[in-house]
Amino acid sequence: MSRLLTRRGLIGGGLAIGAGGLLSGCDRLGESPAFRKILSCGEAMNRHAQRLLTDRNALAREFSASDISPFFRGNGSQNPGTGGYPEHAAAGFANWRVRVSGLVARPLTLSMAQIRSMPKRSQITRHDCVEGWSAIGKWTGVPLSLLLDQAGLSDRARFVVFRCADQIGGAPYYESIDLIDALHPQTIMAWALNDALLPIRNGAPLRLRVERQLGYKHAKYVQAIEAVATLDGIGLGKGGYWEDRVDYEWYAGI
Amino acid sequence: MASAVDKIGTGPGRPLALRHRLSTRIWHWSNALAVFVLLMSGLMIFNAHPRLYWGQSGANFDRAWLQIGSDETQGYLKIGNRRWDTTGVLGRWNDANGVAQRRAFPHWATIPSTYNLALARRWHLTFAWLFAFGLLCFMVRAFWNRHVARDLSFTRDELSPRALWRDTANHLRLRFDHGPRYNLLQKASYILVIFALLPLLIFTGLAMSPGMNAAWPWLIDIFGGRQSARSIHFIIAAMIAGFIAVHLLLVLLAGPIRGIGAMITGRELRR
Repeated sequence: MSRLLTRRGLIGGGLAIGAGGLLSGCDRLGESPAFRKILSCGEAMNRHAQRLLTDRNALAREFSASDISPFFRGNGSQNPGTGGYPEHAAAGFANWRVRVSGLVARPLTLSMAQIRSMPKRSQITRHDCVEGWSAIGKWTGVPLSLLLDQAGLSDRARFVVFRCADQIGGAPYYESIDLIDALHPQTIMAWALNDALLPIRNGAPLRLRVERQLGYKHAKYVQAIEAVATLDGIGLGKGGYWEDRVDYEWYAGI
Repeated sequence: MASAVDKIGTGPGRPLALRHRLSTRIWHWSNALAVFVLLMSGLMIFNAHPRLYWGQSGANFDRAWLQIGSDETQGYLKIGNRRWDTTGVLGRWNDANGVAQRRAFPHWATIPSTYNLALARRWHLTFAWLFAFGLLCFMVRAFWNRHVARDLSFTRDELSPRALWRDTANHLRLRFDHGPRYNLLQKASYILVIFALLPLLIFTGLAMSPGMNAAWPWLIDIFGGRQSARSIHFIIAAMIAGFIAVHLLLVLLAGPIRGIGAMITGRELRR
């Protein structure tokens, strides 16, 4: 054996090649459809475990006024420039309409004045972004269960889809949740943040609060709420803008 | 120098001794895989918001105790009010094509190697199950077959200051010929890692889940809030990375062929 090929040299070289190979291997694995199926197991297991082992009606923690973050940053779309949104904003959303439709007995079309005059719930909760940051704010809005009750939710409905005014890369933002979260007492359609009407960066005039999931589920600039039996045929079928495009988890409880 | 094959070959009168049980070996390697994936996908997730805070909440306008960032010319690491230039490694580095990137951890340290939060989360949250249940199974098995009582627990005479001093001195002199028993520092580090650091990683991880926060509010209280849990998660991950570095170094110094071979086959040449 050549003296250049010492044991330590071999091991060191082997480790370097191994590490490099592992890394490019991980990238290739992450792109393979079969392996992505395995990587998706985590989401299903996390969803089933949380749904099965924890109280489905557990409330997210509510904080006191002194915990409120001094500034609640926006993320994603911060000011939709399309679909007539600038005109609506200029008019103080006086002409904004929210449609509640799909698998309901009585579809509704509501103005913001009507929504703000409905029974309201206020909650000081922590918003957790998938990126890692958190902010605490006081949200006020109408419980989603109340809207769905008024519209007469059908027994066939399994999901609620939220259609938004903002577009990212030309495609409209949308999100969806199941009925466990839709009928949860803290799930509200919020129109105020920290006792002021919702700022545009945070989703004016109306956004979803689904407190036990990550921020991207909390659809902003909501124009339509639709009860459906399946998510097939909506968007690209995975239940949300980011779910469709970059494969974010549909269940974002973790 | 004798080749590795010659050394492993069993000569007459050199029987093989059982060094590691099957459960230990299976867990060691499944955990090595899980920790490797979790550390590197975790660094990619960190890249999505390379700032750490204490307390319940924290975002860009709040004070971060640790931050990896960049300006026009350099990458930096900031802890408290101190700032280090880390250009080339943290904050600002060149990717595989030589293009300057302004992300916290470099491409060679993350899974995937390019910025992809969704995919990194898929890796992380799937391998977390292998990690958590692997650890649980190992713990149950290690108590059951008395691995903990026999091999990991301290004996009374081991805990004397003199024994502690002798073991530390042996390590500093790089003398690792300790026979079939684990030595004091070895036991202490294995106990710390297996029974404190690894479980804490699982629980601080769960404490970041908004679903778990609603279901188990006491969990997040233990760590002092979600952003504190995130900070502790990161600090312990760094300690585990440190443990792995020392572990690999000691394996190399103490005889890698024998050590790695024993962790694969379970058997080791008697000395």
